[in-house]
Amino acid sequence: MKMNELAATAETIDFKLNGETISAFAGETIIQAASRHGVKIPRLCYKEGYRADGNCRACVVEIKGERVLAPSCCRAPAKGMEVESTSARALHSQKMVVELLLSDVPKVDLKPGGNELFHWAAELGVQESRFEARSQPKCDISHPAMDVNLDACIQCTRCVRACREEQVNDVIGYAFRGDQSKIVFDFDDPMGASTCVACGECVQACPTGALAPARHAYAVKADKKVDSVCPFCGVGCQLTYHVKDNKILHVEGRDGPSNHERLCVKGRFGFDYVSHEQRLTKPLIRKAGVPKTGEFTVDPTRWSDVFREASWEEALELAASGLKRVRDTVGPQALAGFGSAKGSNEEAYLFQKLVRTGFGTNNVDHCTRLCHASSVVALLEGIGSGAVSNQVSDVAHAEVIFLIGANPTSNHPVAATWIKNAVERGAKLIVADPRRNDLARHSWRFLQFTADMDVALLNAMIFTIIEEGLVDEEFVRQRTSNYEALRENAKDFSPEKMAPLCGIPAATIREVARAYATSKGSMILWGMGISQHVHGTDNARCLIALSLMTGQIGRPGTGLHPLRGQNNVQGASDAGLIPMMYPDYQRVDNPAAIERFEKFWGRTLDHKPGLTVVEIMDAACEGRIKGMYVMGENPAMSDPNASHAREGLAALDMLVVQDIFLTETAYLADVVLPASAWPEKAGTVSNTDRMVQLGKRALDMPGDARQDLWIIQQLANRLGCGWSYAGEESGVAEVYEEMRQAMNSISGITWDRLQAQSSVTYPCRTEEDPGQPVVFTENFPTADGRGKFVPADIIPANERPDAEYPFILITGRQLEHWHTGSMTRRASVLDALEPRAVCSVHPLDLDAIGAQPGDTLTVASRRGEIALAARADDGTPRGTVFIPFAYYEAAANLLTNAALDPFGKIAEVKYCAVKLRRGGELQALGSYGGGQSFEEKGVTPA
Amino acid sequence: MKIVRAEPGPRLMAVNIDEGEPGTFKDRFHLERDPHRFIEGMLIAAWAVGIQDIFVYLRDEYHGCREMLERELAALVADPPGELPRIHMRRGAGAYICGEESAMIESIEGKRGMPRLRPPYVAQVGLFGRPTLEHNMETLFWVRGLLEHGAQWFTRHGRNGRTGLRSISVSGRVKKPGVHLAPAGITVRELVNEYCGGMIDGHELYAYLPGGASGGILPASMDHVPLDFDTLQPHGCFIGSAAVIILSQHDRARDAALNLMRFFEHESCGQCTPCRVGTAKAAHLMESRKWDQSLLEELSVAMADASICGLGQAAPNPIRCVVKHFPHEV
Repeated sequence: MKMNELAATAETIDFKLNGETISAFAGETIIQAASRHGVKIPRLCYKEGYRADGNCRACVVEIKGERVLAPSCCRAPAKGMEVESTSARALHSQKMVVELLLSDVPKVDLKPGGNELFHWAAELGVQESRFEARSQPKCDISHPAMDVNLDACIQCTRCVRACREEQVNDVIGYAFRGDQSKIVFDFDDPMGASTCVACGECVQACPTGALAPARHAYAVKADKKVDSVCPFCGVGCQLTYHVKDNKILHVEGRDGPSNHERLCVKGRFGFDYVSHEQRLTKPLIRKAGVPKTGEFTVDPTRWSDVFREASWEEALELAASGLKRVRDTVGPQALAGFGSAKGSNEEAYLFQKLVRTGFGTNNVDHCTRLCHASSVVALLEGIGSGAVSNQVSDVAHAEVIFLIGANPTSNHPVAATWIKNAVERGAKLIVADPRRNDLARHSWRFLQFTADMDVALLNAMIFTIIEEGLVDEEFVRQRTSNYEALRENAKDFSPEKMAPLCGIPAATIREVARAYATSKGSMILWGMGISQHVHGTDNARCLIALSLMTGQIGRPGTGLHPLRGQNNVQGASDAGLIPMMYPDYQRVDNPAAIERFEKFWGRTLDHKPGLTVVEIMDAACEGRIKGMYVMGENPAMSDPNASHAREGLAALDMLVVQDIFLTETAYLADVVLPASAWPEKAGTVSNTDRMVQLGKRALDMPGDARQDLWIIQQLANRLGCGWSYAGEESGVAEVYEEMRQAMNSISGITWDRLQAQSSVTYPCRTEEDPGQPVVFTENFPTADGRGKFVPADIIPANERPDAEYPFILITGRQLEHWHTGSMTRRASVLDALEPRAVCSVHPLDLDAIGAQPGDTLTVASRRGEIALAARADDGTPRGTVFIPFAYYEAAANLLTNAALDPFGKIAEVKYCAVKLRRGGELQALGSYGGGQSFEEKGVTPA
Repeated sequence: MKIVRAEPGPRLMAVNIDEGEPGTFKDRFHLERDPHRFIEGMLIAAWAVGIQDIFVYLRDEYHGCREMLERELAALVADPPGELPRIHMRRGAGAYICGEESAMIESIEGKRGMPRLRPPYVAQVGLFGRPTLEHNMETLFWVRGLLEHGAQWFTRHGRNGRTGLRSISVSGRVKKPGVHLAPAGITVRELVNEYCGGMIDGHELYAYLPGGASGGILPASMDHVPLDFDTLQPHGCFIGSAAVIILSQHDRARDAALNLMRFFEHESCGQCTPCRVGTAKAAHLMESRKWDQSLLEELSVAMADASICGLGQAAPNPIRCVVKHFPHEV
C-alpha cells in the first residue's frame, strides 16, 4: 500500500523510533512511518508502491528484544515497540550492505543524479569498498530500447517485481544461486530476443542504471523536466519528459491516477518522431499544374515534386480564400472539417467552432466515427451518456471482468496491467474475442467466438440470465424501462440454439452468464471488436442490457467501459467535434441548445446535423463537398476503402491539411500547414476514464512550424470570425475557459485547478467537487432517469466470405504502432521493433497455401490488393487474416469495406471478405519505416 | 503443534527429509531401516493437528528411499487404517537452502527456493498461504516409541546432566563413522572412544565440528564440552543436526573453514546482500595466507545481524571459530 492510501485509515500505533515516540498508521511499515516523521532510513530494494521484498538489508533496524536486525521496509510497528535505525549496530550493517554492493558495481555512475546506491553510499559516508570486485558480466545491447548493464546490478529484484507483479509480463526472472544470481529474460536470452514487450517498467524501477534506456540516455543531464500526458492511447498515462537542448532524452512515468508511474513501449520509448527529419517546417503550396489523383505513393523526402514552400501569410491567405470561395459560391454545406482526437480539447473546441461559425455547417467530424461511434449511440440511447461509467482501475473492485472485442495488452497496455493485477488478486477474467489475445492466458474463461456473431453470443447470455432467474428484478423495476421488449426478444436466443452460430458451447455460455450475473461486481470493457461492425450499435446495446438487467452498474467494480482509443477521443467528442452535437453532447437540432450556442458564439448556426466521416468522403467523390480543412487526421490511410477516400480528397477544389508530417492526406492538399507535435504545445486531453489532464510544452517547434491553436485562429479570422484569445501558448487558457463555459460537465475544472492538480475527473460541477469516478449511482442522465433496454437481432456482416473471397479480414492495431504509422514509424525504437507490414494467419492456413512464416502473401478484396509478409499466429482463427493498418506500403484500408452501421455511421473495418495467395510483389519501402530511423542513429539492433 | 491446531483449516503439514547439512545422514539411516515407524509418526502428528494434506519433501539423491516410500505410501492408501490425509511426495532439487523451512515451502509451491521473511510464521501463513505444521523426519520417527513406551523411556538416557537420545552422524578421522544413537550431553571424546572405535591409527583429535557446516569448529582442548542443544552456544557453536565431523593433526581448521565458506557461497540462495555477497567476499578473504581479521569480523557482524535466514546468520561461525580457537593458522 502507498502512504497516501494508508493515510486514509484513521487507526494509529504509537512506537518509539530512535528514542522518540511517533505514531504509525495501521498497515504502515516502519520505513514508511519513519519517512513521514522525517527519518530517512537507507533503502535500495524498496520502492514505494511496489511489494516490499526486504532483500537488500540496507534498511535494517534494531528492535529491542529481537535477536537479529529487522528490515524496516517489511516490518510493521507494534504498540510500544522500540526501534533504533541509527544505533551503532544498525548503522554497521546498513553501511556494510552498501559497501558490499559498492564493491561490485562499476565506478562510473550509470544513472547520474538518480543512482540510489551512490546516494545512500554518500549519505552513510561509505566512500569506497574494501572488498575486491566480482568478475563482471558483459553488457547486453540486443534491445533497441534498453541496455542491460548487469555489472551495475545489485540484485534488488525491483525489475523482477516490475515485470511480474506490476506489469505482469512475466519476462524477467531471477536465476541461479548465491553470488551467481542473475537477472534473466525468459530463459537467460538476450533481452532483444526475449518476449519482452518493452514497457520499460524495469528501467524505471532500477535503482542503479543496470537497466537503462539505450544509447546512454541517462549519461546526459537534462536541462529541464516537463510534466505531460502520453500522446498515444486513451489510457492517458502521465509522464515526465527529460529534455536537453530541445531534445527529449528519455521519458519517465509519473504517478497519474490512470497509470501510477506505469507506461508502455510507445509512451516510454516512442517520443523521437517529434525530431524526425521529415517534420514539416514550412507552409507548402501545391505547385501549379501538379494533378491530384487517388493513386499515388508518397515519398515525404520528395515533397518538392508536388509542393513549393510559402510564407505563412501566403499559405493562410490561399487556404482561407479557397475555403471562403466555396462557402460563398457553392454554400456552407460544400465545406467540411476533420479535426483530430490526437489534438487537445482546446484545439477540438476551436476547430468545431470554426467549422460551425466560420464555415457555417455542422460537417465536422473526426476519427471517433471509426472508433466508438456505435458504442456512443447505444450508450446515449440506453443510459444517456457516452462516457464510461467506471474507470479502468475500478477492475480492482470487480469480481468478474468481462472483456470483449478488445486487445488491451496491445492497444491499452497500461489498462491491461490493472486487469492483470485484478486477476492476480483473484478476479475472474472472461475474454471474448475471435482472436486469442495475450490476456487470454490470464483469463478464467476464453470465448473464441465466431467473428461477427457478437449478438448471438450476448443474446444467449441474456437468455440464460432470464431463464435461470438471475435478473436483478428490483433494479429493473426501479431504474430501467422497456425490459419487456428485451425479454420478448431474448426468447429466440437460447444458448443451445446460438452455440452452433457463435461457436461457444451452450454450457460455457451459461456458465459465463451466471458468473457475470451473480458476482458482487461485474464490469464490462470493450473495444473496436464490438463497435466496428454494421451491427456495432446492436453489439453495444446487448452489453448495456447485460449490465442493466443484472444491476451491474452504478457501483464500484461494475459498469460499462468502452476503452477509448486515442489520447483525446473522449475529449474531442466532448468538445463537440462531431456533426450532430455541440460541446457536451447538446444536439444541434435541439432548439434549446441552438439558442444557447447562437447566443454564446454570437452567430446564426446550421440547425441540421452534419455529415459523418465516411459520408463526407462519399460526398466529396460525388462533388457535393468541395472544400475541406483537415487537422491532424489521415483519412487517406485510416478510412475504409481508402482508394475511394483518396479519390474523394483528390476531387476537392480546396484541401487544407494541417499536420506535422507529409501524410498521404497532405499529399493531396492544396495547402499544407506545418503544425505542432504534442510536446510542443500546452493543452488538455481527456482520457478513457473521464479525466481531464494537462500537458505542458516541453519543446520548441522545428523551423517555421506553428502551434495548431494559433493556426486555427489565423484561418478563422481570415474567414471573418473575429476571434481574439490572448495569452501565452496561443491563448490556450482563454480557449479552455471559454470551452468550460460551454460544458456543464467540466464547469468545476478551472484552468488554474488543472495547473495545480494535473488531472481532474468529470463530471465535476463545482470547484470543490472532487469529480465522480463512478457515475449512475442513483439514476441515469436520461429524460426519465431510467436506463432503457433496446433489444437487438442478428444482422450479418455486410460482406460475408464466399467461394471467391473465402477469408475474413480483421484489421486493428499492434502494440508498437499507432494508427496510420505517421508518428510511430518515425519513432526509431518502435520502427526497429516492428519495421515491416505483416499479416497474421493461422499456421494451418499458411500451410494450406504452401507458405512459411516470412513469405510474401498477397491479400485481395473486391476493393484492392496488398502484399506483405506472413506471420504464423495460432491465436488468429482458421479462415481469418489479421492486418494492422499502420503500414503505407501495405495499407489494410485499401481492402476494407465502407459499409456503415445505420445508427453510429461507423464502418465495418473489423470484417470483410478477402482472398489469400502465396507470393506477390512487396511495394518498395519509402523514406521512413523498415527500421530506417533506428539505423540512422548508428546502432543496428542484434 | 498447538499453534497450528488453533489456526483455522485447512491446515497443511510439510515433512523435511531434504537432509542436506554436510555430514548429516541420520534421516536416511532411520528411514531405510524402519520406514513404517516414520509413517506412523507422520500420521499421528497429522491426526493430532487435524491436517488435510501432507507434503513429504525428500532429498532427490535418496533414490532408494523414494522408491520405497512411494511403494509404502501407495500400500497405505490402498489399505488405510482409518481416514487419511492426502499425502504428496515432492522431490527436492539439491539445494541446501531448501532444508530451511520456509525455503522448502517455496520449493514445494513450485517456486525458487528462497527463505521467507518472518513474521508471518509458517505456523500461521505457510504452504500455499495456509497454517502449516513443519517437522523433520527424525522428530516424527520417535513419536511411536514415545507413545508406546512413555516419555521416560526416552528421558532416562543422557549424560553430563543432559537427558534424551541423539542420533549423531559421525564422519572424519574415526575408525567407525556412521550414525550412532548416543545419550544427549555426551562429549566428543566419549563419542569417539565409546561409539566410534577411537581415532584412526596415526591420527590425533585436533578439531571437531559439533553441528555440520554452520555449527562452528572447536579445538581438541575443548573435547570435554557436552554435546547438546544449548551447551555449545557459549563457545559460539551449536549442535544443529548433530553432524559431528572429526579432524586430526593432518587437517587444518582454516582449510575446513574455507571449504565451508565456499559451500555457503555456493548454496546461498542469493536473496539477501549480506549472505549473497558476504559469503563470496568472505571466501575470497579467507584464501589469503594472512587473514584480514578485522574486516572479516566487520563482515561477520553484518552477516550474522542482517541476513534473512539461518544460513547467512550462521555462515560466519567458521571464521569466528578459527580466529578464536586456531589463531596460529591465520
